Amino acid sequence: MFRFDSIHMYGLLGTAVITGALLIFFVKKSRMKNIDGDLIKFQPNERGYRKYLFGGIIFGFGWALTGACPGPMYILLGNGFFIFLPILFSAFLGTLAYGWLRPYLPH
Amino acid sequence: MNEIQAFLSQAWPWYVSGPLITLIMFLMFYFGKSFGISSTFKTACSIVGAGRYIPFFKMDWRNQIWNMVFVVGAIAGGVISSTYLKNPEPIQLSIDTVERLSELGIKNAGANYLPEALFSFDTIFTLKGLVFMIFGGFLVGFGTRYAGGCTSGHGITGLSKLEPTSLIAVVGFFIGGLIMTYFVLPYLIQL
Repeated sequence: MFRFDSIHMYGLLGTAVITGALLIFFVKKSRMKNIDGDLIKFQPNERGYRKYLFGGIIFGFGWALTGACPGPMYILLGNGFFIFLPILFSAFLGTLAYGWLRPYLPH
Repeated sequence: MNEIQAFLSQAWPWYVSGPLITLIMFLMFYFGKSFGISSTFKTACSIVGAGRYIPFFKMDWRNQIWNMVFVVGAIAGGVISSTYLKNPEPIQLSIDTVERLSELGIKNAGANYLPEALFSFDTIFTLKGLVFMIFGGFLVGFGTRYAGGCTSGHGITGLSKLEPTSLIAVVGFFIGGLIMTYFVLPYLIQL
C-alpha cells in the first residue's frame, strides 16, 4: 500500500473519488431528494486542522501496521480471517481511549 | 450460472470497484445516511455503555444501528465472496512487493489476503504479534476517531465533497503510513 508498487489501491481510491465528486456535483445541481423526499444535503466538516492532521497520522501508523483500514477489517473477518476479531476489538479500545483522552488533546 | 460465477470470481479491476464504492456512497445518501465505517467503533463503545463514564459516547446509539447493519452486510459480503467467488489465482502483487516481503522473511506473499507468518492466533501473544495486531488495531481506532473518519469517511466521502479538512486528514494518513512503512516497520519486523 504505502510503497506505491501497484495501482490497484490507488486506482480504486482515485476512481471512487473522481466518480464520487461527479456524483455529488450532480446531486447538488439537480437538487436531488432522498427517499423521505427531503433535499440531500452534505454536512460540512468541523473547522480546524489539528484533529485531522494528528488523527490522520495516528490512523496512518495503524493502517501500515495492521495492513487494513476499518472497512477491510470487517470484510476480512467475513472472509474467515478470525484474527481480525482481536484486531477489531483493539480498534474499539482505541476509540474508547480517544473518547476518554479527548478533553486533553488538541483539536 | 457457473460462467457468471467464474466471471465474478476474477479479481475485479480497480476501475470497476472504485465506481462501485461510489454507488454505495450514493445509496447511503439516498437513504438519508452517510458513508463512514469507523463510526461503528464509536457506536459499539456506546452500545456497551461507555456513555455512562465518558461523555463522548453519550449518544442515542439506536440512531446508528443502520451503520452496524451495514458492517454486518460487509462481513456477509466477505463470507459470500470467500465461499462462492473464491479466486483460485494468487493475489496479483507486484514483483517488487513479493521480493521485498521475501527479504523481510515473509514467504509465499500473495497466496492469501494476509501473511499468516505475521497475522495469526499463533503469533498474537508474541511481542511482534502484539505490536502489529493489537497496538496497530488500537492506533486505527484511536486515530480514526481523532480525525473524525477513515478511508471511507474522509478518503472517499470527504474528498468527493471537496472538503479541505478531509484532504488534510488524508495527507495525515499518508504521512503516518509512509513514516511507519519506511522508518519503523523494518525494525519492528525483526522483533
